[in-house]
Amino acid sequence: MHDESLIKELKRKALEIRKWVVESVYRAGSGHPGGSLSIADILACLYFHEMRHNPKDPKWPDRDRLVLSKGHAAPALYAALALSGYFPVEELKNLRKIGHFLQGHPCMKKVPGVDMSTGSLGQGLSAGVGMALAAKIDGRDYRVFVILGDGEIQEGQIWEAANSASHLGLDNLIAILDRNRLQIDGPTEEIMHDEPLSLRWKAFGWEVVEIDGHDIEEILATFHEIKHNEKPTLIIAHTIKGKGVSFMEGTLSFHGKPPSKEQYLRAMNELEQEERELNG
Amino acid sequence: MVRARVTEKMRNLRDAYSSALIELGYKNENIVVLDADLALSTKTKRFGTVFPNRFFDMGISEANMMGVAAGLATCGKIVFASTFAVFATGRSYDQIRQSIAYPELNVKIVATHAGISVGGDGASHQMLEDMALMRVLPNMRVIAPADATEMEDVVPAIASVEGPFYVRIGRADAPIIFDKHGHFRIGKGYVLRRGNDVTIIATGTMTAEALKAYEILVKKGIEARVIHMPTVKPVDEKLIRRAARETSFIVTAEEHNIIGGLGDAVSMAMHDDPVPLLRIGVNDVFGESGEARELMEKYGLTAENIAKQVKRLHRKYNQ
Repeated sequence: MHDESLIKELKRKALEIRKWVVESVYRAGSGHPGGSLSIADILACLYFHEMRHNPKDPKWPDRDRLVLSKGHAAPALYAALALSGYFPVEELKNLRKIGHFLQGHPCMKKVPGVDMSTGSLGQGLSAGVGMALAAKIDGRDYRVFVILGDGEIQEGQIWEAANSASHLGLDNLIAILDRNRLQIDGPTEEIMHDEPLSLRWKAFGWEVVEIDGHDIEEILATFHEIKHNEKPTLIIAHTIKGKGVSFMEGTLSFHGKPPSKEQYLRAMNELEQEERELNG
Repeated sequence: MVRARVTEKMRNLRDAYSSALIELGYKNENIVVLDADLALSTKTKRFGTVFPNRFFDMGISEANMMGVAAGLATCGKIVFASTFAVFATGRSYDQIRQSIAYPELNVKIVATHAGISVGGDGASHQMLEDMALMRVLPNMRVIAPADATEMEDVVPAIASVEGPFYVRIGRADAPIIFDKHGHFRIGKGYVLRRGNDVTIIATGTMTAEALKAYEILVKKGIEARVIHMPTVKPVDEKLIRRAARETSFIVTAEEHNIIGGLGDAVSMAMHDDPVPLLRIGVNDVFGESGEARELMEKYGLTAENIAKQVKRLHRKYNQ
């Protein structure tokens, strides 16, 4: 059981991430709000509690790593990094703008705190395997978190990587599957069946846990429980695409589309209302 | 001028690769080697025998191997990733592009079995587009060593420079050309014969053929300048432009498709001061099964064909 104030603080951070997702994608005029909003709670728990990292030393060799394999959710990652102090939050207003460093998809050369460049789906888990393997070679105790999309795991490379992770005994690798059940062309299960999802990963040699990806307390408890797993772990985080903005929730229309001005104002209104309730 | 002579002594560049890797492994504990179930063919297995904790056979999954290489490199490892050229660059092009070249990570892709001289395996395994694929990637450097001696210098050279490299070597034994180590520098071309009539620029396996072509041509009174260009990207522009100024035309020779490889690199280098350029390579077709030597002959990748083409052009431009 985590204390109330921590949970409240993380909820506040998740709301801040959500507000910046809406703000930055709106200002950019393009981007992927839906899949960014669905991972806001997970990112809040990782960057403001679970991960060992130091925004003043982004290349610290012993830091925990995070690979956003579903790179199109960059707005959420950038918000988490800025709010952590890797760069000024004001920069979030320059997402996708020419001459500024926040690229449409994460670029490790340009953005402090980004551990791996991603964007072409299916590649991040392999990079995570490499990072976790480096820890084993060097005898370091950092962990590697990889955030996957549930459409993304249709890529064959994911399964090559999953297989190699268990073969190499990478108990320091944790993948989090953003199970929002929607991909650009439709519901994941209609596009390409993926059940029994948990069994598939177990068959590849992973520990699998399923959680509500918006329940801060459950997320924290799960991170705590899996600490001593002897295999790589997959957390299937059941989420809602667009979570936190009523008209974006559970719809496909905001996978890769920014809100209009009217929608932006409404979304910010809702999120601010939620913030007031949380603080009140 | 670098001393070079095609000798009777044959040595496999893959053997040179593995011995250089092992030497490097002793000197630098950050060297990690990956392979994709071809470790006996690429000879990386020898490194694995000496350094079992720094060698990983990733199985038949080249895409994952490249991604893992990238991840290791982000943590300070100098990663050598090896397999056949066709799989290294073809199967995992997007992984190299997105996860290695774009973030400019310290991964050295050393591919063996490049070119048509792979022989019996046929077109599916004869990679003739790899230099083209790798050349177009920003941050990527491309090297095709000519013999085992040079290969032993290429391995430590690319390890000492941060960032991605692509090195291609063939399957077959190759004649020793350089009797001494030490000439190789990334990005430098080498004049091996000093003629002033025409220039032959060759890379990889074709450098030996270019040297032999020189001997044929000199008997006909044509003094060819023979340039060995191990680094196809970044190519030695200065040397090419000088050859363009000082000789009447340039012939390039490479065991690669005539599109996208050395010939293109040379033509780009002499952009605003061009001379006639003939590309000798595989003429935009797939290969076929056969003995290495038979294939080189059938597809015109020989000293005789270089000499024939040079003589033809010499008549055309020097009458």
